[in-house]
Amino acid sequence: MGNIFAHAFMIRAFAAAALIAVSAPCIGLPIVLKRFSAIGDAASHSALGGIAFGLLIGINPLVGAVLFSIAAVLGIEGLRKKFGAYSEIATVVVMSTGIGLTAVLSGFIKNGAANINSFMFGSIVAISDFELIMTVALSALVVIVTTLLYKEIYALTFDEEAAALCGIPVKAINFLLMLLTAITVSVASRIVGALMISSLLVIPTATAMLVAKSYKKTLIFSIIFAELFTLIGLFVSYYLNLRPGGTIVLIGAIALVVTAFLKRKS
Amino acid sequence: MSDEIIRVENLTFEYPDTAVLKDVSFTLHRGDFLGIIGANGTGKSTLIKIILGLLKPDSGKIRLFGGELSRARSRVGYVSQKANSFNAGFPTTVGEVVRANLFSKKGLFRRYTKADDARVLEALELVGMSEYKNKPIGALSGGQQQRVFIARALAAEPELLLMDEPTVGIDAASVSEIMEIIKRLNSDGMTIIMTNHDTPALLDAANKLLIFCEHGYEEFVNKADLSFERIADILAGKRVHRHG
Repeated sequence: MGNIFAHAFMIRAFAAAALIAVSAPCIGLPIVLKRFSAIGDAASHSALGGIAFGLLIGINPLVGAVLFSIAAVLGIEGLRKKFGAYSEIATVVVMSTGIGLTAVLSGFIKNGAANINSFMFGSIVAISDFELIMTVALSALVVIVTTLLYKEIYALTFDEEAAALCGIPVKAINFLLMLLTAITVSVASRIVGALMISSLLVIPTATAMLVAKSYKKTLIFSIIFAELFTLIGLFVSYYLNLRPGGTIVLIGAIALVVTAFLKRKS
Repeated sequence: MSDEIIRVENLTFEYPDTAVLKDVSFTLHRGDFLGIIGANGTGKSTLIKIILGLLKPDSGKIRLFGGELSRARSRVGYVSQKANSFNAGFPTTVGEVVRANLFSKKGLFRRYTKADDARVLEALELVGMSEYKNKPIGALSGGQQQRVFIARALAAEPELLLMDEPTVGIDAASVSEIMEIIKRLNSDGMTIIMTNHDTPALLDAANKLLIFCEHGYEEFVNKADLSFERIADILAGKRVHRHG
């Protein structure tokens, strides 16, 4: 197979993966700690609908994914209020709608199944220049916003009531977090696949929670783990001729189990 | 008397099927300690939430430091029953928890400085928890966690401290330590409003009492004006009736 970096598409793949591995944990940590992990799933399933829509009307599928994911998280926020104590219903409703929409729209696309398939399970090696630019821009946006609002996001993740009482605009920042989740999910769907993106939000964070004791260190470890999982996953998938998305997820899952086992032993 | 901290006038609040507060009025000045006494469901926590702006009253007025709450937010601290409902698995240190409350002094986007860290340490020293600054909060006992939450409220240097059942679910030794900390803060000039299921402890610490009974009846009194019979009635848990 030769030198992995001899191919331009692999260099693009590594660049995109390295960026996503920074932005995904920035969103994944607050989402996991607020027990909103399922929102990532709902947004990614809706992103598939957006991808199908993009392919159907001839715009870049990633643009469709971003738009549909944003609509999904807004829909979840709207529906959650209607169901009160049973607010998780909203997530399931939006997720099912996303899948339903994907199934219907893909029927109208030429080679629909093959195209949708590449987004469901990821196709990082097929990233175009436009998609790389979009990944850079959106990942940078996520990292900059979550860094600027680091202390506000920590405060409302730990204790929303106390955060509101000391003057933090809780509703606005929660809304922003949802939007950033939608963006992250859409961008990452090209790399690990829409069906597996929540693993990139959750697994590095979950592994970091096993080893770190402070919020700051948990975030740093989440990023380190996400980088390791994605980059090792790309290497392994290239040399063993495996699908990159699935390989990244499996490496993360193995690392999580091993870390949990070692922690228990110690 | 000067230095009015809070003035509550004719405050009324109803939940959809129950009137909880009816025409509650009282005024506190700097250094007052108001103990709110009453059975469960009589509106003690509701009153705290209204003062904090978490609930909107049906009628009545609250003046904090002579103005609206929105202009006095950084001067008001709050401690809830957090030790009971706290998620011990949250990965965070004591120092991070306390520092979070400095937002009211910092504002959006501004980063913490070394001076903020020094303030966090000072607040932890006030509750005897400074050596735990870098420990995970989930590893502490319920009493230690509640002392950390008091330090969190103190970090922003409030002039009025509201406490809603701060000693619920905490062992007896920790309760007396926490009550000593609260009394010391009060003797240093901090105004305190506190609800507590431990009526004797509250009667001991407070100089003013707001007594809640069923059916929306309540009374605001100076502790010094209570007769021994009234105090005995309150301690015995008997329904309190307005005298005279």
